[in-house]
Amino acid sequence: MKTAITVDEAAALIPDGASIMLGGFMGIGAPDRLIRKLAEIGRKNLTVISNDTAKPGYGPNPLLDVHAAKKLIASHIGKSPEAQRQMLAGEIEVELVPQGTLVERIRAGGVGLGGVLTPTGVGTEAQNGKQVVEIDGRPFLVEKPIRADFALISCWRCDYAGNLAYTMSAQNFNPVMALAADVVIVEPHEFVPIGVIPPDDVRTPGAIVDYIVGRAH
Amino acid sequence: MNSKEMIARRIAQELRPGMLANLGIGIPTLVSEFVPENHGVFFQSENGVVGLGHRPPEGMEDFDLTDAGGTFVMAVPGAAAIDSALSFGLIRGGHLDVTVLGGMQVDERGYLANWMIPGKRVAGMGGAMDLVQGAKKVIVAMEHTAKGQPKIVRECDLPVTGVRRVSLVVTELAVIEPTDDGLLLRERGPGVSVSAILEATAARLIVPEMVPEMRF
Repeated sequence: MKTAITVDEAAALIPDGASIMLGGFMGIGAPDRLIRKLAEIGRKNLTVISNDTAKPGYGPNPLLDVHAAKKLIASHIGKSPEAQRQMLAGEIEVELVPQGTLVERIRAGGVGLGGVLTPTGVGTEAQNGKQVVEIDGRPFLVEKPIRADFALISCWRCDYAGNLAYTMSAQNFNPVMALAADVVIVEPHEFVPIGVIPPDDVRTPGAIVDYIVGRAH
Repeated sequence: MNSKEMIARRIAQELRPGMLANLGIGIPTLVSEFVPENHGVFFQSENGVVGLGHRPPEGMEDFDLTDAGGTFVMAVPGAAAIDSALSFGLIRGGHLDVTVLGGMQVDERGYLANWMIPGKRVAGMGGAMDLVQGAKKVIVAMEHTAKGQPKIVRECDLPVTGVRRVSLVVTELAVIEPTDDGLLLRERGPGVSVSAILEATAARLIVPEMVPEMRF
């Protein structure tokens, strides 16, 4: 059986300068308590990897608001005026990656692949600096894997073995990121006894979950 | 009927029962409002829902269920929830019948630009590059001009979203099909003359003898 740690203990594991993956899509399925705690304790120089920056107050925004990130890797920052402002002002380095490429690069990092060949972005600015290879006469971009020091994810249900299940559009990047970091910290919405999540419905096996954040008291 | 509604209504006619369709943010999202409840088209969104429904009744939102723009929605019977890798596998893998995307510019090659204005607005491409690349059919939904400036141009000066020719461009003034020979004017808006379309367009258009009005 696994035990939970507090959100303070979880945040203390993450040092300044760490690279962190944040699950979530427009803030849905994001580890909100962990994000706010990291912002509150003043972490700096983080590399944040997240699908998008959501709207103000959601997703990674609390970290951006206090300039906790030196680099952001994302597919979309259009709903966050602060992310756009910091990028245009040169206060943060932003790497924009097509969404399907971003998730596959993270997946490659998590499953031991040396990269991905994708047709997405051929002939566009997304091709800049990338190797192009031809497979059966079609051009593909060589996209490198992405890993991080920490994956901060959220899930719907977590059982006492640390098995995770997700719901609806809150799944998004979470199960993919759970494979692609040295340390995986999950922030569940519900805790359930072992067996309540049928084995067929487990999307992230407890074996790869390092820390579970307990309920807020 | 305002411009945006007209565009959305015209594009809704392109959707068939059994199709898997993806709607982008903005005018494209409006399209679903003009598709009857039991139509049979399945809407997919980048965030991993296959079978998006309409908005839920006020106060009955599922906080874990939105469309790709972050708006709370419902799911239709038969819907599926998947992760982002599988969601983009559907998109890139040719499983998506049609995508409807907003546009900043479309040019004579049929190339779309819709993800950034250098130095001004850097939203990021989100899923647009994958959608343009992977969907069987790409429909662009946009107003014909922006602040009086034509958005259908000879060659995009904004960074393009892909180098694939889009399938159809629908504006409040015209339906235009990019072809091997160039941009073919297929339909005109209600009461809109061909000369008015040509005046609002910077690209060369191929104009057939008969250009029927859009029908609703």
